[in-house]
Amino acid sequence: MTYIQLSYGNLVLPALLVVMDGVFSLVLRLKLERQLAIATVRMVVQLVLVGYVLTFLFAAVSPLWTALAALIMVLFASREIVARQKRRLQGVWKYGLGTGCTLLAAGTVTMFALLTELRPDPWYHPRYALPLLGMMLGNTMTGISLGLDVLTNSLVRERAAVEACLALGGTRHEALLPLIRDALRSGFMPIMNSMAAIGLVSLPGMMTGQILAGVEPVDAVKYQLLIMFLIAGGTGLGTLAAVLGGARLLTDHRHRLRLDRIEASG
Amino acid sequence: MLTVSGLKRLHIFVSFDLQDGECVALQGPSGVGKTLLLRSIADLDPNEGTVRLDGTLREAMPAPAWRKRVTYLAAEPGWWSDTVQEHFTAWGDALPLVARLGLPDDCGAWSIQRLSTGERLRLGLARALMLRSRVLLLDEPTSALDPAAAAAVEGVIAERISDGASVLWSTHDDAQARRVGSRILAMRPDGSIEESLP
Repeated sequence: MTYIQLSYGNLVLPALLVVMDGVFSLVLRLKLERQLAIATVRMVVQLVLVGYVLTFLFAAVSPLWTALAALIMVLFASREIVARQKRRLQGVWKYGLGTGCTLLAAGTVTMFALLTELRPDPWYHPRYALPLLGMMLGNTMTGISLGLDVLTNSLVRERAAVEACLALGGTRHEALLPLIRDALRSGFMPIMNSMAAIGLVSLPGMMTGQILAGVEPVDAVKYQLLIMFLIAGGTGLGTLAAVLGGARLLTDHRHRLRLDRIEASG
Repeated sequence: MLTVSGLKRLHIFVSFDLQDGECVALQGPSGVGKTLLLRSIADLDPNEGTVRLDGTLREAMPAPAWRKRVTYLAAEPGWWSDTVQEHFTAWGDALPLVARLGLPDDCGAWSIQRLSTGERLRLGLARALMLRSRVLLLDEPTSALDPAAAAAVEGVIAERISDGASVLWSTHDDAQARRVGSRILAMRPDGSIEESLP
């Protein structure tokens, strides 16, 4: 396997493209130049740091350091889930539900892949575990946050319908089932769309990366298929857990709708 | 008999009884908490106090079973499906009742979207009455109805009362309160109730 190595010097010319965007913003008075500058600097700093952190982790191959890195990734993912919610849960569940579900979903499928098919030595080798976990987190996070967002919004919107069902002696399960179905469908939709479009409309980043690194396209495709299957499974698990968990948290043992457990917006 | 003692929800703190076959009118200015009280008795909101039906505590049975016996009908009933008949477990059995409330036989296939406010109210009532509950908690069931439809609703409910059902009927209409209620409970802004005879 051979690949064309880049030096930092090779990045100067491409970086001028971002400067070009900044010039557009100035000339057209889009007032984006400040944001653009911050975003660019953040990207450079974050990526370079990650590069060094990964170098350290790959050299250490320590279960402890790998677990710590994984934990930090999960925490960032759950923060992102909360940030994407228009209506948030109150108290510990605000972060707890997202964290629990991403950990459950991304963690399960990552371990599953590491222990059954990839089998790196040792199984927790960060070169495999962390990129895999990262891809799982990014995608399950989308399903979980979409599913939760649709659930909470539709509960608020359809409150009269849900309570009518409850008042007539429906259980919380019966009353919420149509909304739970909608929320699950929304959560599953992005991964199904990307599975359908993959290869035709988009070449996935990981596969492209492997091809650039000199891997045979057919081998890169196998890796990508593995990843897609894992993502599909992880999104299914995570979205299901998050939506069912959310539905349970927003009702109580006396089958009451508890919208008071949604944080006051604003 | 429905026994409410020390029911507490926000500012509301009330105790009263509702005999079998009795209709009590619930009155008071808007915003005083009539809806909150009715919802609390049906256990739709968290609340404190003891509520019993024939001596059985509501906590002794699952909440859905309680609400099938003690049924709250909202002032604006909600709908979870597209057509009218999907909201009924046995639409055929509900037809005579629906007809008595002044709605045509073919309204089962109607879309909920095209119903007027008055049609929604009457169909919501029919849907609730199909449970044959022991206690009905009615939240202004005739507020958006014309006199003929309101009379039909009063007639249907009077029949249920004579069959032994108990009704707590919230209304802004003093004449209606005196007409349907054997007693009147007036809610005060401090959350208490005062009982009077019509």
